Amino acid sequence: MKDSTLEKRLYTVTVFSENTPGLLNQITIIFTRRQLNIETLSVSPSALKGIHKFTITVETTRDIIEKVVKQIDKRIDVLKAYYNVDEELVSQEIALYKLSTEKVMEMGSVESLIRRYNVRILEINSSCIVVEKTGLYEDTQNLFDELSQTIGVLQFIRSGRVAITKGKVERLSDMLASRAAMIEDEDIEN
Amino acid sequence: MKTTQLSGAHAFIHSIMHEGTDTIFGYPGGAIIPVFDALYDYFDKIHYVLGRHEQGSIHAAQGYARISGKVGVCIVTSGPAATNVITGIGDAMLDSTPLVVITGQVGTNLLGTDAFQEIDVVGITQPITKWSYQIRRPEEIAWAVARAFYIARSGRKGPVVLDFTKNAQTGLVKHYQPEKCTFIRSYVPVLKPNIQKIEEAAQLINQAKKPFALVGQGVALGNAEEELKDFLTKADIPAGWTLLGESVMPSDFPLNKGMLGMHGNIAPNLKTNECDVLIAIGMRFDDRVTGDLSTYAKQAKVIHFDIDAAEIGKNIPVEVPILGNVKTTLPLVTKLLNKNTHTEWIASFEEAEQKEKELVIDYEIHPKNGAIKMGETIAKISEATRHEAVVVTDVGQNQMMAARYSKFTQPKSFITSGGLGTMGFGVPAAIGAKIGAPDRTVVLFVGDGGFQMTMQELGTIMQEKIGVKIVILNNNYLGMVRQWQELFHAKRYSSTPMQNPDFVAIAKAYGIKSERVSERSKLDTAIDTMLANDEPYLLVVDVEESGLVYPMIPAGTCVTNIIVNGEKIKL
Repeated sequence: MKDSTLEKRLYTVTVFSENTPGLLNQITIIFTRRQLNIETLSVSPSALKGIHKFTITVETTRDIIEKVVKQIDKRIDVLKAYYNVDEELVSQEIALYKLSTEKVMEMGSVESLIRRYNVRILEINSSCIVVEKTGLYEDTQNLFDELSQTIGVLQFIRSGRVAITKGKVERLSDMLASRAAMIEDEDIEN
Repeated sequence: MKTTQLSGAHAFIHSIMHEGTDTIFGYPGGAIIPVFDALYDYFDKIHYVLGRHEQGSIHAAQGYARISGKVGVCIVTSGPAATNVITGIGDAMLDSTPLVVITGQVGTNLLGTDAFQEIDVVGITQPITKWSYQIRRPEEIAWAVARAFYIARSGRKGPVVLDFTKNAQTGLVKHYQPEKCTFIRSYVPVLKPNIQKIEEAAQLINQAKKPFALVGQGVALGNAEEELKDFLTKADIPAGWTLLGESVMPSDFPLNKGMLGMHGNIAPNLKTNECDVLIAIGMRFDDRVTGDLSTYAKQAKVIHFDIDAAEIGKNIPVEVPILGNVKTTLPLVTKLLNKNTHTEWIASFEEAEQKEKELVIDYEIHPKNGAIKMGETIAKISEATRHEAVVVTDVGQNQMMAARYSKFTQPKSFITSGGLGTMGFGVPAAIGAKIGAPDRTVVLFVGDGGFQMTMQELGTIMQEKIGVKIVILNNNYLGMVRQWQELFHAKRYSSTPMQNPDFVAIAKAYGIKSERVSERSKLDTAIDTMLANDEPYLLVVDVEESGLVYPMIPAGTCVTNIIVNGEKIKL
């Protein structure tokens, strides 16, 4: 019998944390210990003031990701960590492509490219044109592949994934408000 | 509340005293001088213990914390001092020992410049601490200290590092006021018990025909020794213990079935793979306990009591997890248990117990001839202290033998480096243990190798007049490595024979009384002399060079693959 917990796939880990220095290191060392390669990483302030949100993608098994997420959640400054698979998420990545103006002009019309890929032009000057494409990894990658094979891409950059769950909302603010009630009073002396 | 203007260093000492600290281990140096200067004003209220190496100081703080249940405090300087305490911090992390370690740090204006004795302490210690924080301004001190102590001693206990920049020590706090931390919104130290899980656990145990409990250090850390006894007694559940769970149950407690793991007793290891319900209590299924996970307790339903959610399912699939402090959760389950007896199941342990006694124990503690044995020495000393002593060990054969052949009547009496397996832990940890329990006899069993790793701490013993009883089990070998070489590496004793110094002369140089025994006939008298008073003492016992710790489950194999005298035992 095949154990589904041991099959590798892409997981998206979401971490809410206090905005303290060194927090990123505290999270990444947990991946490092298990020699897990972080595919994408994006960090930004969350909707709640003072709380940051990390979105990390990593290819691994469910068995491993469960343990990793628990170990992240255990860090003192981490408010909450969880993981999702793609089907549970709406996610986007943004990519920028720098193209040679001369080569683009040689193509004749850029209209079909813009329509087909739904790209935006951010900059045009005599030497280069910068276009932006937002979408899933495959979308930005397909455009890159096509451009590379036709007119060439001078520079390319892609962001980490940002993601939001499709399921029922569990608001972090509500979780924090109820947190005091979850905690057992400890009778601790020194 | 009255507030006063203080230097950061004074505010710091005041803050740690506010947390109840009355004993500090450490070693001064450039980047921490202001703190030591402030400490000078408090020597009437704080017992400060000067070590001889920062590693010694931190292991002493660990020994102190382990025996007293208080937070161990260790103060050292920056750079090399900070790196010297790394081993102790890692050790405390793996063994859940509450510590607050303060390292000096260069001034904030020099941070990141490779200044003299600057090292990235927070970066280095983040993977091996519960929390690591750099204090950059004197105003942060009261907050950081309160938070550090709260984190160290709450939930699953562990080490915290405060990296204290020099300008924060010398700067003035305008309105100093000590703080108290009792809540951190991002931190859940102990969850409230889940009543449904408690009921499920009780139901499983009530239906069990062959229940078996695994007792770990969590019971000692939760001060739940009595709650454990009530739990085991009510449902008549036999129990084995992990290395750090030693002395949680008295040795003569009828349901105490002995040590688990690689060098544990035969019966509890075998029964792990025969029981129908396995009840893990404050233990974490270390590989030295489980051996090969793919063959470990596959037949059993597992109930796991632990304070740390990250331990549930980490190594073993768990049927019923019970998160919380066992002090709270055990009685909740006990209340739902039926009074029960498992006479036949418990009697089934006897065959293996008898076999081990014949094959291993009698031979180890009552040898007829030949050189003195390690187990024999330990058993005699345990007897001579009426099994009331605090036993501290180093790491290796001395540790396994001490664990196997010491007996205990009181909880929290066994201190050893379990998770990290730190050679050199013994001497300083024994110092800390004696300071934490001055009225108890503290006996250290240490090998000739481990002793030489931290024997500079004899200076601390001399200066502080610490009445520890050090027993070197001297076989002129790094014995545990030698054992593996003998059994698994064709007796190629690579780098394990040791030429040793005159240990008695070394003790003498420190003014510590000492004797060396090589003959069995003189052992009893030598032990009596050592224990005759409360002074420090070093007893060197020359033990057989080729002594082996048996039984042994070779690393990574099944818990029933138990080797005695080179052969797998059959029952």
